Amino acid sequence: MSVPDPIRDGLARGWKAIDAATLTADRELECDVAIIGSGAGGGVTAEILANAGLSVVILEEGPLVGSTEFRMREREAYPRLYQESAGRQTLDKAITILQGRCVGGGTTVNWTSSFRTPPRTLAHWNKAHGLDALTETALAPWFTRMEERLSIAPWGVPPNENNDILRRGLAKLGIAHGAIRRNVKGCGNLGYCGMGCPLNAKQSMLVTTIPAALDRGATLVHRARVTHLAAEGDRLVSCDAFGVERNGAVQSARRVRVRARHFVVAAGAINTPAILISSGIPDPNNLIGKRTFLHPTVVSGAAFPQKVEGYYGAPQTIYSDHFLDGAALDGPIGFKLEAPPVHPILAGITLPGFGREHARWMTHFPNLQVLIALMRDGFHADSPGGQVVIRSGWPVLDYPLNDYVWNGVRRAYLAMAEVQFAAGAQTVMPLHEGAQPVSSWREAKAAIEALTLRPLHARVVSAHVMGGCPMGSDPRNSVVNDSGRHHLVQNLSVHDASTFPTSVGANPQLTIYALAARHATALAASLKA
Amino acid sequence: MKVGLASAAVLATVRYLERSEAAPAANHRILDATAVVTVAALVPIVLEGSLPDEAEARARAIRETVEGFDRAVSGMSLPTQKEVEQLFDVLRFPPTRLAFTGLWTSLEESTPEEVAAFLTRWRNSRFEIQRAGYQALSQLIQASWFDNPSSWATIGYPGPPKLA
Repeated sequence: MSVPDPIRDGLARGWKAIDAATLTADRELECDVAIIGSGAGGGVTAEILANAGLSVVILEEGPLVGSTEFRMREREAYPRLYQESAGRQTLDKAITILQGRCVGGGTTVNWTSSFRTPPRTLAHWNKAHGLDALTETALAPWFTRMEERLSIAPWGVPPNENNDILRRGLAKLGIAHGAIRRNVKGCGNLGYCGMGCPLNAKQSMLVTTIPAALDRGATLVHRARVTHLAAEGDRLVSCDAFGVERNGAVQSARRVRVRARHFVVAAGAINTPAILISSGIPDPNNLIGKRTFLHPTVVSGAAFPQKVEGYYGAPQTIYSDHFLDGAALDGPIGFKLEAPPVHPILAGITLPGFGREHARWMTHFPNLQVLIALMRDGFHADSPGGQVVIRSGWPVLDYPLNDYVWNGVRRAYLAMAEVQFAAGAQTVMPLHEGAQPVSSWREAKAAIEALTLRPLHARVVSAHVMGGCPMGSDPRNSVVNDSGRHHLVQNLSVHDASTFPTSVGANPQLTIYALAARHATALAASLKA
Repeated sequence: MKVGLASAAVLATVRYLERSEAAPAANHRILDATAVVTVAALVPIVLEGSLPDEAEARARAIRETVEGFDRAVSGMSLPTQKEVEQLFDVLRFPPTRLAFTGLWTSLEESTPEEVAAFLTRWRNSRFEIQRAGYQALSQLIQASWFDNPSSWATIGYPGPPKLA
């Protein structure tokens, strides 16, 4: 049975798609709205604006790759579909950041976890950042709309063993947990979401909103890195992009200039602030790129007597918010528990040590079980997040890990080890250069209490970059308003996770979808008026 | 902080004294011939217990891991590529190699025990820059090997499912 490839078919139907890396001459385009980025924010925006009859140009730094080329191989997927070959790191190298860089952005490679914004997060945004319009009730229709559009629903298939171990451990300890809703239609339960869905089951932007916008006549310029937004007075007039080759490492001399009435930036919370900073967008209070959050994530590995085969089956189908819900927002950092996919490269680089110490874990790869704890940053005075800086023309996030985070890391290691032993683990080890495998919860407790926590010893990862262009009612402490419109530049909007005033405290895709749908609908109305 | 600045100064000196202007080695995009030899010396230490024993398969595994290392570096941002270059400069220039790694001879001339001791020193160093260097070298080597289908039999990974 061959799987239809909506990208190949769309191109054959005559989509307007330009591969900027292969241009032999500069190009100029004109449209109503230029959208920078084709991920969760840009994709939703493109469909809504195109449906409203506006002419749209979407610019995407990554390549246009369809399901025919998704072969479930980490070696192919990471360099091609991720920022910096999935090796993007914070300035001190202590945190590795997984971020998409392809048409569909992070949605093409994410693990399909779909959560509405937690009500406590919205209440905090309302109280601390003046976002009174973004209440749970006001956003409910936008969540419903995007859930319908992207087939977000409870998933009826039993969890894979990696996730079921999380479920059984939590149940045994009497800790509240739930099943994760997913944006899939006809999912084959393969487990390779992070390498691009070969079945087009994941309802990413690549197979939903982007094709819809292109069918409506939108233009897609891919392998095009936007470097500059040009202004005249308090309005933007054009943006410049250059072709990029070799997985983004090399920039070509061919320029695509797009003139537009309005510009929506949705390039992710590292590249969006970087573009605004590089373009000299007015920032009188010096806010752009500051307060960038990551849900810093730590990892616990366990060896089980039975096969776990964490590489097969849908990743992340069980979660617990117990360690978020039980914690005060402004108290010690809380964390969410999930069970990620376990593939050879990800496991190989995340397991600590080298030589035989490393090999003893890898040689038990099918029995390896992995839990992650995602920390909710940005709600406490001691959690200011990081800052996007430009280094030799390239954006990099400076995110110092401090004692507030380390305190959470230790509690997260303890919680994960307890769950893993409760579910029958033979040995457990926090993924940390100073840790050794231990064979009981009692030993684990003592070892984790004694562990020295510091950067580049604890493995810290992130797949959720948020903040840096925060929404708010007061221009003194926010960059855009509650509709994503820039406070000072008339025709500039931001529609991605960089508008979040804090982290979400949940996997962010559905928050981005709902806010982008709300912002884009208002923008379409104002541009049609 | 002081050490950070001192390290930066040393790196700057190394760049001045020993600029690696050599062209990439054959079959490589970034690594020059010296860097290829250095990585090839690290691979059997980092992957001890995970490489095939049979001589020919082992030699091929090491060669392909070095090529994968090079491919991975070529997909990084240019500032990161520069940092990797600087790391190899530190390892190739005898005074900095001795000062930073404790190795009296080049990596390929050192014994496996000496190379492992250097990696352990960097792994547990109190200086972030050395821990970062260890992470970069070990992770690039591990990443390159574990998505090579030749490694999958050792770890028991059956590979991606076949789509009907």
